[in-house]
Amino acid sequence: MQTKSIQVKGLRKSYKHLEVLKGVDFEVEQGSIFALLGSNGAGKTTVVKILTTLLAPDGGTAAINGFDVSSQQDEVRQAISLTGQFAAVDEILTGRENLIMIAKLRYLKNPRQVAEDMLKRFGLTEAADRRASTYSGGMRRRLDIALSLVGKPKIIFLDEPTTGLDPEARIEVWKVVKELADGGTTVLLTTQYLEEAEQLADRIAILHEGRIIASGTLSDLKKLYPATKVEYIEKQPSLEEIFLSIIGKKEAM
Amino acid sequence: METAKKHFFIDISVMLGRSMRHIFRSMDTIITVTITPIAMMLLFVYVFGGAIKTGTDNYVNYLLPGILLMAIASGIAYTAFRLFTDVQKGIFQRFHTMPISRSALLWGHVLTSLVSNAISVAVIILVALIMGFRSSAGVLPWLAVAGILALFTLALTWVAAIAGLSAKTVDGASAFSYPLIFLPFISSAFVPTESMPTVVRVFAENQPVTSIVESIRALLAGQPLHNDIWIALAWCVGIMLVAYVFAMRVYKKKV
Repeated sequence: MQTKSIQVKGLRKSYKHLEVLKGVDFEVEQGSIFALLGSNGAGKTTVVKILTTLLAPDGGTAAINGFDVSSQQDEVRQAISLTGQFAAVDEILTGRENLIMIAKLRYLKNPRQVAEDMLKRFGLTEAADRRASTYSGGMRRRLDIALSLVGKPKIIFLDEPTTGLDPEARIEVWKVVKELADGGTTVLLTTQYLEEAEQLADRIAILHEGRIIASGTLSDLKKLYPATKVEYIEKQPSLEEIFLSIIGKKEAM
Repeated sequence: METAKKHFFIDISVMLGRSMRHIFRSMDTIITVTITPIAMMLLFVYVFGGAIKTGTDNYVNYLLPGILLMAIASGIAYTAFRLFTDVQKGIFQRFHTMPISRSALLWGHVLTSLVSNAISVAVIILVALIMGFRSSAGVLPWLAVAGILALFTLALTWVAAIAGLSAKTVDGASAFSYPLIFLPFISSAFVPTESMPTVVRVFAENQPVTSIVESIRALLAGQPLHNDIWIALAWCVGIMLVAYVFAMRVYKKKV
C-alpha cells in the first residue's frame, strides 16, 4: 500500500557556500494538493528540481511513489511531470505540434488524438495551429500544463504556475489544478501567493530560509498565526473581485 | 534493453523533427549560412580570381572545397545557438524530467546539424555548377567527399555543442565560430600556400583546413590522393572525439 506520493526527509542542498536547503521534511498524500509556500529565494524551486531529478541532493532522501530520486531516476520520471517556472513550451512549434511531440516522447499510441483531446480540454483548439510564441501568457501556461498532463503522470509538479499571469488566467489555472486533484492526480505546487495556497491546497508547508517552519491544513495554520497575517491574506481576493467585476467577468471559481 | 534502444531512436527522430522544423521556420538561418559563402565564392571568382595564380584554369574548381568548409563552419554556429536557447528555455527541463534518453537531446541537435549543413552544401555546389564548376569524379569519390564533409561537420558540431552548452550569452554561443570561418583564408583554400611568408605558410600547411581542402580537391579532380587524406581524417576524427568527450562532460554537468 502506497498512500504517500512524495516523502522528503532531511533534504539538504548547497550551491557553493550558500546553504539553500537545511533539512527539509514533508510528505504528500496521494491525490492531494500540496502547496509549498515561501518568498523568493526560500528554496522552493530547489526542492522541486530535486524531486523532479533535475538536481542531486547533498543530503537526505526524497522518494516519489516509493522510488528514490537519486538512484531510481527512470522510475521517478515515469511517474512525474514538471511545469517549471518558465513556460516549457517550444515557441517555434504550434500548440498542436508541441502536444504531439510530447505524446511521441511518452510513446503513446495515437499522438494526434491525444493532442486533439488536450487542445479541446484546455480551450486551445482555435489556436492549435498557431505558433506558441503568439500565445498570450495564460494560453502559454495552459499549453504548458497540458503538455505536463500528456501520458497521465501520477504526480504533477507546478513551480509557481501563476506567476506573471493576470487574474483571469490565474483562475483558469486554479480550475485546472482542482480538476487534476479531483481526478486522483497528486499535485505539488510552489507559490509565493498566499491566496493561491489558500484556494487550492489540502495541505500547506511554509518554506523559509531552507527549512519548513510550519505545515498543515489551512485551519491548522490559521490557529498558529496572529490575525494580522490573516488580514493580509484576505485583502488580495477582494481586490481581485473588484478587478474581475469591473471587467465584467464572473468569478469562475 | 530492446525497448530502451527502440525508444532511443524514437527520441532522436522526434528531436530531429523538432529542430528541423525550427530551421525551416527561420529561413534566415539557411539563407545566411548559404548566401554568405556563395557571395564569397562570387567575389573570389569574379573579382579576385583573375589575379590569383593557382596553376589551374578553373578557379571555381580550386575554390569550391574551401567555400564548402566555410559554409559548414558558419552553419554550426546555429547549432550552438539552438542548443543555447534550449538550455535557457524551460523546454530542456521538461525533456529532462521525462523518461527519455538524455543523450537523444544532444544527438537530435547533432543530426540536425548534419542534415542542414548537407542542404546548404548541396545548394552551394549547385551554384558552383552554374559558375562553371566541373568534376570528372565518379560516384565513389563523390561519396568520399560527402564522407569527409560529414566528418568535418560532426567534428565542428561537437565543438559547437561545447560552446552552446557552456555559453553565458547568445553572442558567446555563436562567437566561437568566427575564427573557424576565417581558418580557410589562412590555408590553401583560396591561394596556394607557396606565395605565403614562411611563418604563415607553416601554419597554413599544418592546420586542418589545408589537408581537408587538398583531399576534397584531389577527389573532385580525379587525382590520386596523397597523405593529405589521412591527415585530414586524423584531424576530423581527433577533433570530433575530443570535442565529444568535453561536450558530454559539460552536458552531464548541466543536467
